[in-house]
Amino acid sequence: MIARICSQLRLPARALSRGSGKVRPAAGSKCAPRRVCLAALSALALLAAATSPAAEDLEIVISEGRDNPARIAVVPFDASTAPVASGMADIIAFDLLRSGQFSTLARENMLSYPATPEDVFFRDWRIVDMDYLLIGRAVLESNGDLGVAWHLYDVTAGRELLSRRLVASPVHMRDVAHRIADDAYAAITGVRGAFSTRILYVLVQNPGTTYARYQLRLADSDGERARTVFESTEPVMSPGWSPDGTRIAYVSFETGKSSIVLHDLGTDERRIVANFEGINGAPAFSPDGNTLAMSLSRDGNSEIYTQDIATGALRRVTRHPGAIDTEPTWNATGDALIFTSDRGRRPQIYQVDLATLFVERLTFHGDYNARARLLPDQRHLIYVHRRDGIYHIAWKDLERDDLPRVLTATSLDESPSVAPNGAMLIYATQDGGRGILAVVSIDGGATYQLRSASGDVREPTWSPFLDTTRVVSSSE
Amino acid sequence: MTRKIGRLLGVAGVAATLVLVGCKSDPDPVEPPDDPPPVVETTPPPPVEEPPKRMDAEGNPVDLSGNPLSRTFYFDFDQATLSQRDLAVLQMHAEFLRDFPDRSVVIEGHCDERGTREYNLALGERRSGAVEGFLTSSGVRASQVDSVSYGEERPADPGHDESAWSRNRRAELIYR
Repeated sequence: MIARICSQLRLPARALSRGSGKVRPAAGSKCAPRRVCLAALSALALLAAATSPAAEDLEIVISEGRDNPARIAVVPFDASTAPVASGMADIIAFDLLRSGQFSTLARENMLSYPATPEDVFFRDWRIVDMDYLLIGRAVLESNGDLGVAWHLYDVTAGRELLSRRLVASPVHMRDVAHRIADDAYAAITGVRGAFSTRILYVLVQNPGTTYARYQLRLADSDGERARTVFESTEPVMSPGWSPDGTRIAYVSFETGKSSIVLHDLGTDERRIVANFEGINGAPAFSPDGNTLAMSLSRDGNSEIYTQDIATGALRRVTRHPGAIDTEPTWNATGDALIFTSDRGRRPQIYQVDLATLFVERLTFHGDYNARARLLPDQRHLIYVHRRDGIYHIAWKDLERDDLPRVLTATSLDESPSVAPNGAMLIYATQDGGRGILAVVSIDGGATYQLRSASGDVREPTWSPFLDTTRVVSSSE
Repeated sequence: MTRKIGRLLGVAGVAATLVLVGCKSDPDPVEPPDDPPPVVETTPPPPVEEPPKRMDAEGNPVDLSGNPLSRTFYFDFDQATLSQRDLAVLQMHAEFLRDFPDRSVVIEGHCDERGTREYNLALGERRSGAVEGFLTSSGVRASQVDSVSYGEERPADPGHDESAWSRNRRAELIYR
């Protein structure tokens, strides 16, 4: 047995402490059902525009790594002329460590601190048993840009694997660091890195009381740079990303009942797109970003619909009176929806072909299977599965009828969301009565938790791969 | 400056008399909110015999002995079936709403935290719908009844055990 990665390593995530203080709830924003309260709506829209960074946000605790991780040394970068970059190596190392595929070398155990290829002596790294070495130097360009030249080495083979130079505004230092981690991860594992991504989640303060406050929060994949996207005294749930990562959709009770909101992350412009009688829930963007799948009960019971975002036109997809049909998610080609239904008495997962409306059942083991998500390979399904009365996240191969594999060791697990590279899964669970987020690698082994000092966190949604043009490659 | 204050005082005086006048000439017994029973009894009593009290100080219906009718109804896990006892209580709510057609009620459907949130949103609607269906089939007008599901988002008990869960699987009547 090789040692587990750094059990109980704690890194408090710092949030940017810019801007205004706490935003107060709008008075009288609690409205009667089915009556849109305009005053509250505009007040809430103002809240959405004034994003409030919390003093302390997600703290990450790594509890377990996989056996036989690759060993890498990420040497502190030479940032003598660009102090803004002095913490970059720590950001990169923490990214790689969280993936569960790496163990990292503490800087006090390094025999030298090379920053350029001329300073690298492989024997220094073989002595401490490293497989890989990552070094870099950051400079401030004459135009104020941050330039980072970095190199990745295979210590065993004694050769350079990758050499890159990145340029960005210094305010995007963390983006540069995540980009380096992505590229190093891809060079070593052959899988695209997903550290330059974000997590959208719901933070609830004073849950279960009349003082409950619901915040939709957005953070980097390492829990940093968290900000509030929307805040309300009414419940907020079911956030989801557009495929290009520029918009989100979620359910808000700001009208006094569930309604679906479309929110542009660039402009903070928000629009209620579905506020029909009954439930308006479970929004999911189509792969082309033009259509939302959703669950509406306007015709009497919860059914799956699609809505053209530009025109608002609705199409009813399921027709099963008396049954709950909800939690739709799209396949990659956009020609089928996978959803939860209790049409067979217990909740199970089904698929409907959008051309023929033919419905097929996908899960057969267990009496509670719900809220499915497809892995990027389109062959494996992740969903909430109850076994012996305990709710876990399970994994199933759609081409075989095996028992689902349970991926989580916690209970009351829900809301699984898969990283865009398919390597990790984030979900919501509880620890000591507190709502926390947890991440596991799909192939088992690595786990870590994200928790907030100030409330319950729930419903995490991993972003797609995002536009990274803030960081550009350049030749030296 | 002083003139302005004088004018303000004048306005306040007029407003105060308006309020007083409003109070005197407003014995309307079906508009209950703030402190209705004393007001009804201290104004010159109508000559007809006194009807049994139908609501408490908050305007919520009471039973024949004057005790408030239960307004929360509990469910089994993943179920939306009302018990016979609940139906008997709901029958009294239905009578009240039939007798006071200007009163209305919002039915909130709630779930415990187990299971997925969107499924629970639909399950909460099934619970509020069971209550709504019983009331309307008992002669209450549809315009008097509104329902909203909160799923598992608004627990009555924030705990995470069976006793909390059983308190959270509920439908609540909120009179307006």
